[in-house]
Amino acid sequence: MKIVLNGDPLEVAALTLADLLQEREVSGRVATAVNEEFVPASLRGSCHLKDGDRVEVVAPMQGG
Amino acid sequence: MKTFYGTALPNPLMLGTAQYPSPAILEQAFRQSGAGVATVSLRREGAGGAGAAFWQMIQDLGVLILPNTAGCHTVKEAVTTAHMAREVFDTKWIKLELIGHTDSLQPDVFQLVEAAKILTEDGFEVFPYTTEDLIVAERLLAAGCEVLMPWGAPIGSGRGLNNPYALRAMRAEFPEVPLVVDAGVGLPSHAAHAMELGFDAVLLNTAVARAGDPIAMAQAMMGAVRAGKLAHDADPIEARDMAEASTPVIGKAFLT
Repeated sequence: MKIVLNGDPLEVAALTLADLLQEREVSGRVATAVNEEFVPASLRGSCHLKDGDRVEVVAPMQGG
Repeated sequence: MKTFYGTALPNPLMLGTAQYPSPAILEQAFRQSGAGVATVSLRREGAGGAGAAFWQMIQDLGVLILPNTAGCHTVKEAVTTAHMAREVFDTKWIKLELIGHTDSLQPDVFQLVEAAKILTEDGFEVFPYTTEDLIVAERLLAAGCEVLMPWGAPIGSGRGLNNPYALRAMRAEFPEVPLVVDAGVGLPSHAAHAMELGFDAVLLNTAVARAGDPIAMAQAMMGAVRAGKLAHDADPIEARDMAEASTPVIGKAFLT
């Protein structure tokens, strides 16, 4: 399945958002959104990905 | 003393965490100045997990965390970002930025009010980055905001308070609302000026982070906000046009 992760097109095996984070070895403190909708950590396992989904994974960063 | 959604600040300096020459200098700027609030952001997680190291450092500082929605141009984008920030930083506080103009980074106050309403209803405690417009301020308060953060000048400009008249009017209009000058401060005198007007805190980033010596500048800013607050509370004299001798004339030796 082809998705877009943080702006980059990507072929993935993961079927859910939780699987995707595991597949990409993303750990630690992140927040997620799929197609511009926030997906809480508790719902990542039941968030099924579809071809063409746009996934955003963000982490703490410096800000003003 | 006013509280920010029930939380008393340890001091009136809110300090940004961006643009420092190094993480070590950022850390020391906080430690040496004692700034009690840190603004932070969210960005795409790249390889290497830089976010984790930053988060650890901020936590070790033991400061209050104020995440922002910097760079958001639409209500939808700001609301989604706020939700992500609440989960990552584990706080209801959100510095709501909705940028309306590319060059001045002026807030889009129409979208700001709309987003503030949505977020307040979602349980957020919103710190809106706004202009000095009193009607917008009223709308933000009606939307549920309990803090207002008008700009001093455009973000990163270092111009100081562009419109002290309007900021003074805002202070007079909303005596009970915690007010923060956010953005535009370049020098300690600007920060002191905001506090002398009766503002409750000053939020700044670039003036410290881009100074030649950010650690020293952070300390200077802390000195300035403390001095400005003391001065405001001490009820300063009114300015006058003509001199008024401070040394008593009575009893002066007659020598001519």
